Amino acid sequence: MSGTVLVTAGGPGVTLQDAGRAGQTGFGLSRGGASDPMALIEAEALLGASAADVCIEISGMGARFQVTAPTRIALTGATAKASIDKRDIKGFVTELLLPGQTLAVGPIIDGVYCYLSFAGGLNVPLRMGGRGAHLLGRIGQHLKDGDTLELGCDPAPDSPARKLDPDRTSKGPVRVMPGPQTELFDETVRQRFQATEFTRSARGNRQGVRMDHDGEGFATADQLALVSDFISEGDIQMTGDGRPFVLLSEHQTTGGYPRIGTVIPADLPRVAQAVPGTKLTFQLISLEDAEAAWRSKADILKRLKSRCSALVRDPRDIPELMSMNLISGVVSGRES
Amino acid sequence: MSDTKLQPTVHIQGPDAVLVRFSDRLSDTANRAALRFADRVERAALDGIVEIASALVSVLVRFDPVSSGHTELSASLQALLESEDWSDSALPSPRTLWHVPVAFGGDYGPQLASVAEAAGVRETQAVEDITSTELRVLALGFAPGQPYLGFLPDAYDLPRQTDLTAEVPASSIVLAVRQIVLFANPAPTGWRQVGQSLLPCCRPEWEKPVLLSAGDGVRFHAVGHGELEALRSDPMGGVKGEVMS
Repeated sequence: MSGTVLVTAGGPGVTLQDAGRAGQTGFGLSRGGASDPMALIEAEALLGASAADVCIEISGMGARFQVTAPTRIALTGATAKASIDKRDIKGFVTELLLPGQTLAVGPIIDGVYCYLSFAGGLNVPLRMGGRGAHLLGRIGQHLKDGDTLELGCDPAPDSPARKLDPDRTSKGPVRVMPGPQTELFDETVRQRFQATEFTRSARGNRQGVRMDHDGEGFATADQLALVSDFISEGDIQMTGDGRPFVLLSEHQTTGGYPRIGTVIPADLPRVAQAVPGTKLTFQLISLEDAEAAWRSKADILKRLKSRCSALVRDPRDIPELMSMNLISGVVSGRES
Repeated sequence: MSDTKLQPTVHIQGPDAVLVRFSDRLSDTANRAALRFADRVERAALDGIVEIASALVSVLVRFDPVSSGHTELSASLQALLESEDWSDSALPSPRTLWHVPVAFGGDYGPQLASVAEAAGVRETQAVEDITSTELRVLALGFAPGQPYLGFLPDAYDLPRQTDLTAEVPASSIVLAVRQIVLFANPAPTGWRQVGQSLLPCCRPEWEKPVLLSAGDGVRFHAVGHGELEALRSDPMGGVKGEVMS
């Protein structure tokens, strides 16, 4: 049964997001898409490929939703306070959401971007090769109170709940691979950059996040006026005052500030999800090490699927499960 | 902007792209080389390439790391670089020459007078200089479909202003450093607004959302302010394309 998702409370931090719009750099449109692409793969591991086609990215104070058809949902990415009616729910677990219930997500407790996915996905038309909002590119906008979205059919809403043990344990310095301008920074500046402890600034959005530190900025040797050139996701750009900005998926396609290197994809979600005040250090690594750390989406998905398992419910939740069955009328009995 | 011999360099650009840069400075020669090289890479149909894009003086070649790698692709691109002299590159063809109606001066170009003064000419001459130059889309960027156009005569090598204009309208014609930017969206800028067009830089709902391509030609045609207003009912804003082979 397909249906509708009603956004009963939206806001500026709530947008549709997918894997982004590939191949349009030359038009001046960056990939965009989920600020934390790992969360989409987590959603796919839990709920299947349709779920990850397009998700709702939620940051800030959060959002609330209702549906007109039963569907399994999952929250991935950042940890948010969340509930279905009065029952608290957790991230990285499939949950059944029924018509008449209210799903509340937020505020975010740990991290910045939480992703809500639906087992049957959302039917959102492609615009310029993507389904999500690209705010910088003026494609789409944030979800507002009263917006409705077409819900894809969940083929098996009564499937037993599953959980994912997320693979987000990477610690230590954020790894940075060399880029076209790395060599413009003197060896001593690069050493100092790696020895500096940065604090994720309050200044940040889907385009990028600023890193604060004590002491002088990081400048290139002769402060060259660079001709504007391509920017990549993960680039660490030194603005005029030598403060680093780590650029995220919705970056501008070109820019003239020097960049000391590029945060590798394996570590970029950690930067995107770092709350203001988080301490981070960076380590410049070789191309060989960056290539060795690279994983295809298929590999990441396979690994995450192997970390999924049947959810053993806390006994305290069982009365609630019973009542869900009574109301929903969608439980076939096959699962008992 | 004197052109010295180009010395193209090949760089790592993130986990899935190689950058070929023709110069550290913008010049007609370096831009032509970038446009030409992007076309050459396209025609070479190398394995594993998923995207080719050109900027002012460089070309980005994105690959699928599952089937290609930096070392392999850099070597292929280096070989392509060595196969040709890039210091006198003809533009790839076919390309489109766009004819764009523009209202100059007054409310549509509040800084036309200051531009004319800085260039040492009368306003009418400045308009004549701008409209008689066949400009080229050097690159698209900053916002989707937004063209950087060049090059105007040397007299228009004007510095960017340190005081930003709070906002210029979409499709406005702003000028600095022998270039014109045709702003896709309303934006603050240190460049000087001399005119207003109605060119639709990017319309996400259109089948071909981005109108211009890097390398295309652009010719401005001065129209009266009333004439421009009358063109607002045309989704193309009076802009017409002519294919040049």
